[in-house]
Amino acid sequence: MSREHILHRVRTAIGRSAGQPPGVAPPVRIRVPTDDSALSVAARVTNMLARVEALAGKTYHAASPEDARAFVAAAVAGKTALASNAPFLADCGIANLPGVRTGIVDREELRECCSTVEIGITSADYALADTGTLVMLSSPQEARLISLLPPAHIAVVPSERILSGLDELFAILPNPAELTSSMVLITGPSRTADIEQILVRGVHGPGEITVVVVERG
Amino acid sequence: MSAVFDKKIHQTLADANLQLAIYTATGRLKDKRTESVAEALMPEYQELRTQANALKKHAIENLDYYLEEFERNVEAHGGKVIYCKDGTEVSDFVLGLAKERGVSLLVKSKSMTSEEVDLNERLEHHGLEAVETDLGEYILQLGHERPYHIVAPALHKTRFDVAAIFEKELHVAYETVPEKLSQIARGVLRQKFLDAGIGITGGNFLVADSGAVVLVENEGNARLTTTAPRIHIAIAGIEKVIPRAQDLAVFLKLLARSATGQALSVYTSFLSGPRRAGEIDGPDEFYVVLLDNGRTKLLPSRAKRQSLYCIRCAACLNTCPVYRKIGGHSFPWVYSGPIGAIITPQFMGVSYEPSLPFASSLCGACAEVCPVKIDIPQVLLDLRSDVKKAETREKKNRLEKLSFRMFAWMMTHPRVYAWAGWMARHGPILNVGPVRAWTSQRDLPPRPRQSFRDMWSRR
Amino acid sequence: MALARRRLTGQEACPTTDTIKTSVGKRVSLFVTCLGDQLFPNAGMAVVEVLERLGYAVDFPKDQTCCGQPAYNSGYREEARTVARHFLKTFESSEYIVVPSGSCTSMIGHHFADLFRKEPETLARVEALGRRVFEFATFLTEVANVEDVGARFDGIVTFHDGCHGLRELHIREAPRRLLAHVRGLELREMLPAEECCGFGGTFSVKFAELSGAMARTKLEAIVQTGASAVVSLDSSCLMQIQGALSRAGSKVRTMHLAEVLASR
Repeated sequence: MSREHILHRVRTAIGRSAGQPPGVAPPVRIRVPTDDSALSVAARVTNMLARVEALAGKTYHAASPEDARAFVAAAVAGKTALASNAPFLADCGIANLPGVRTGIVDREELRECCSTVEIGITSADYALADTGTLVMLSSPQEARLISLLPPAHIAVVPSERILSGLDELFAILPNPAELTSSMVLITGPSRTADIEQILVRGVHGPGEITVVVVERG
Repeated sequence: MSAVFDKKIHQTLADANLQLAIYTATGRLKDKRTESVAEALMPEYQELRTQANALKKHAIENLDYYLEEFERNVEAHGGKVIYCKDGTEVSDFVLGLAKERGVSLLVKSKSMTSEEVDLNERLEHHGLEAVETDLGEYILQLGHERPYHIVAPALHKTRFDVAAIFEKELHVAYETVPEKLSQIARGVLRQKFLDAGIGITGGNFLVADSGAVVLVENEGNARLTTTAPRIHIAIAGIEKVIPRAQDLAVFLKLLARSATGQALSVYTSFLSGPRRAGEIDGPDEFYVVLLDNGRTKLLPSRAKRQSLYCIRCAACLNTCPVYRKIGGHSFPWVYSGPIGAIITPQFMGVSYEPSLPFASSLCGACAEVCPVKIDIPQVLLDLRSDVKKAETREKKNRLEKLSFRMFAWMMTHPRVYAWAGWMARHGPILNVGPVRAWTSQRDLPPRPRQSFRDMWSRR
Repeated sequence: MALARRRLTGQEACPTTDTIKTSVGKRVSLFVTCLGDQLFPNAGMAVVEVLERLGYAVDFPKDQTCCGQPAYNSGYREEARTVARHFLKTFESSEYIVVPSGSCTSMIGHHFADLFRKEPETLARVEALGRRVFEFATFLTEVANVEDVGARFDGIVTFHDGCHGLRELHIREAPRRLLAHVRGLELREMLPAEECCGFGGTFSVKFAELSGAMARTKLEAIVQTGASAVVSLDSSCLMQIQGALSRAGSKVRTMHLAEVLASR
């Protein structure tokens, strides 16, 4: 059996025996920043929005869930859109905007819809301020394809979910596998530079991304 | 060096357009990397490199433990781990599964490991359609070429090359605008993602404490490959294992910066097992193929096993003055650049291309940029010694061995050395051998009449 | 092994030695290198001149030949060991050894240890020796503690960082500080900086066409500066660069750092 063969070769090569406990691992290196810009929500929001814009994403800082709803309504006007089942989208009234479909739980129906719809609307579990990243865990509330197949993606995120960065994410979520089969970090619109190093957006994933940060007040 | 190697190098050097393409593209990536890890922007960069090296060292030195931990956790989340000795076992597994499930179309995201075992060729031989979805890889697949670079596979292709390939293979109108070319590829590949029965990826990291596969990309094709089809197979070398999810706080900060100068690549996926109960989409089946294919041959050497720390960022390629001149296709195996130069002889044996470890000026630029601090020049020096030991055993290259024996003898007999120096300065210069090689490119230095020791003794 | 005492931020930590405060009148031994001895004697004489001007007594152990790097780089470890042992014997009694070459200094200070890992006694001697070997520019700035050697050189020069000196010995600032004090001299940096000239020892003839291509890329950077001379710590790099300049019909000359510092 290749498994035993390979493990045996590995052990022989590194001088270990089956069942031997590992040596002491280097300590985890997680440095959650504690300066003002990292701690203050306002600073995180500013940072997040600036980073997303630097990546050619669009942003909107909504003063309230109603404000967010109005913004999204304008963004999807005249277009087809599918919203995920995220409770926050329902809270904002985005899920029941006219022209916005939602509530899909069947995989085939989801795939069908995502491959034709123009805009996918989701929330996000977290965001990372220092890189302008959305953190999305697959769940009954958030399907994976909605932020992936449609050519445009709008993410509506409450401001308190913005973390300082990757270190803070792994500090609060040391084992994402316990929660989900898929955690995706999304940093800007899909891109490639495979042809002559020329930047092209929207190769496979959405070429347009909009991040709406919402103050819940 | 072998005639093949020599010829490929010569052809690449003689192609002015190709020279410009390689130099410019790698230059851009090199500069972006440098900017992104500048002291002012990332003061912790050197510390992270040290930590990454320590983590890789620990993982490799306890590899069996972490492989088993990884396997347990993959299975705990509903996935399955398959250990494969070589490419044949990999393709046998994929073919077997495809047959069992009635799958004839597969989509692939970029995986150097799958290139290493010629997976596509084997699948196609058995009548399966395996479509590359990364734009660069897709272009190469259509053009029937191997990757030119670990991260930017079609680095050597101009838009005109791509236009010609698309026109010929996709029967579309000749189009040279990169954005439009990308849209053409997107259109074709979209349907492939949705129709494919199996998605195959590589694995940037295998996380032992989570049973997770981490995929780092910019296009979204890896996400689609692992979300749309019902079956996901990740193929990764055994050396890709890292101990903990939290260690990604170190590795992810280094990988994208080292590769392209981005703080993070557009998509980083952390995938563990098939979709869970309640999750609406995602694969129903999740397999991780753990590939040996010779990695266990690199493990025994304490000095050289650091070659397995590589996270495939290609920073070494982008900074290497040799790669930037001879390009990826001059190298004899799928892995090119400095990392290719050190792992190829270890995987394939030093006799595969004996001059490969010598195709370097040992400038050390690679070691300076390697995020996991592989001492590439030192490994090259060790491999050079291995090559000469093998040649001595096989009684090859005896003239060279003899001349270095004479060199050593001369250098321990100062009067002989002084005489040889006098001959070099006053004797006839024969334009053969090394002299001829030198003068083919540069002028000889002017010959001083007196040596330093002559001048010293006359003070 | 004297290396930059200051930890340059962003640089790898390198082994340091105590900064040795020397006084005028100390004796140093010169290892002029095989290439320096036979093909670039003026550089060696310039080193002597600068050191004597600073008050050092220079001796030249006559049995010296080579550090063995050509054999080591070519994969011939046994032959390299033979030469290294001779070096050890020749220089073991020297208190300071000054070397006008980054690559030879690196060979002695770093790679001799690789050669004798299986011979603990020799290894100890080699490591002790390594601590007393100094590249020329480093010796001036770190041991002699001088930056102004009273030199004058009118002209625009550019500086080529040899790869061993730069990346193994972490020498970047020392030669620049020395050049900054040369009256009449204007230093212009090459762009791109820090790229290999393509010499690499036997690489230059084993992969001649490739080596030549690398040299020509270096030439472009040199010409862009408008400098009339290229200065470096290593005669080997200068030999490569000069050969390429000459072949291209350029009037730009090459000079060892010592020759610039010896100029009045």
